[in-house]
Amino acid sequence: MRVTLWGTRGSLATPGPSTVRFGGNTSCVSAQGSEGTLIVLDGGTGIRNLGQSLPQNLKRVNILLTHLHMDHVQGLPFFAPLRRSGVEVHIWGPASTTLNLRSRLLRYLSPPLFPISVRDILSDLHFHELPSGTIEIGEFLVEAQLIVHPNPTVGYRIRDFDSTVTYLPDHEPALGAKTFPIGEDWTSGYTLAEGTDLLIHDSQYTMEEYEQRVGFGHSSLTHAFRFAQLADVKQFVPFHHDPAHTDSMLDQMIEQTVTEEQPPFIVTPGIEGTVLDLESYTHNS
Amino acid sequence: MSQHEIEVILARQLAEYLAMPIFIVDPAGDLVYYNEPAEAILGTRYVETGTMPASEWSTVFKPVDHEGKPILPEELPLVIAMTQQHPAHKSFWIEGLDKAHRQIELTAFPLMAQANRFLGAIAIFWEVSE
Repeated sequence: MRVTLWGTRGSLATPGPSTVRFGGNTSCVSAQGSEGTLIVLDGGTGIRNLGQSLPQNLKRVNILLTHLHMDHVQGLPFFAPLRRSGVEVHIWGPASTTLNLRSRLLRYLSPPLFPISVRDILSDLHFHELPSGTIEIGEFLVEAQLIVHPNPTVGYRIRDFDSTVTYLPDHEPALGAKTFPIGEDWTSGYTLAEGTDLLIHDSQYTMEEYEQRVGFGHSSLTHAFRFAQLADVKQFVPFHHDPAHTDSMLDQMIEQTVTEEQPPFIVTPGIEGTVLDLESYTHNS
Repeated sequence: MSQHEIEVILARQLAEYLAMPIFIVDPAGDLVYYNEPAEAILGTRYVETGTMPASEWSTVFKPVDHEGKPILPEELPLVIAMTQQHPAHKSFWIEGLDKAHRQIELTAFPLMAQANRFLGAIAIFWEVSE
């Protein structure tokens, strides 16, 4: 599988000279299978560039939304395939206790928040609600589970023939834990991340910032490292960077945390534009 | 080791910070968590016992009514919450592992999650002071 990071910023798009290397676009990651199936994880502002890169004759796109906070859906109306007739677009995401996924998304995709309504979208749209067990999408098997983050939020584990990626961009597994982690069975997201080849995980804060923002739904970089170690992952991508963190601050945070935590896994900074080829893609393409 | 559902994890985290004795059971009736105030009633510590099977922990208490007559299991709030999946409340007496008799009020409610998932139940004890 080929994993591409199209947007790695959290909360708010943050373009500018101080974020030019890590990037300013909000959450969007693509996973392309060795047989060509395309999965898009979240529709933050990074999805616009992904849409520009896709071929005109694309027939089907699968978009998996973790939740409906603005930084994860704001780019959707600017995703080029949505505006093309003849393209089948499947959107998965969590419902709430009272509203289905389509109704929840319509709150944003309608005036006055946005001038175009879902009814005006030309592509053939299909909505699917989560969590709903294992989903089969082309050569991928996808598991979705609810995780700790305000409002219903799911994380994903995506598996193809011989590789897995786990995507938990907004996740606060340390919430309320007097020590973290307290054990595999009591850690949100553990099942999704256990033994995964690639973990993309929320790392929004420093420990000092986290202490001021407990309950906001995000992790410190240190907590993310400890979660990755508990889950015995092979490679870890710190993700969902705080808008206030510049390139140099992120370099320093990651370097310092690697020194302190001495992780047994590979750490790959969450830089927009990064392409990661997991095993099956390399073997079969 | 399998991970608990997120709703159960959040329930435990809330229970850790509350001063009321709280018990969390899974759909099989096994006691998956009890907080520090509940440890005093059970006479054991969670860090030492971990999860307790229903067959073990259900025998810890000897519930009796105000006249000292034993209460049938199906009349206990937690059993009602588990079997009928609706909340229940009752005032009665218990004898704990420390042999002390306590008058308690017990509220139990089922943990119903989205998509009609039944995740177990929570029981909250209220000790009645004379």
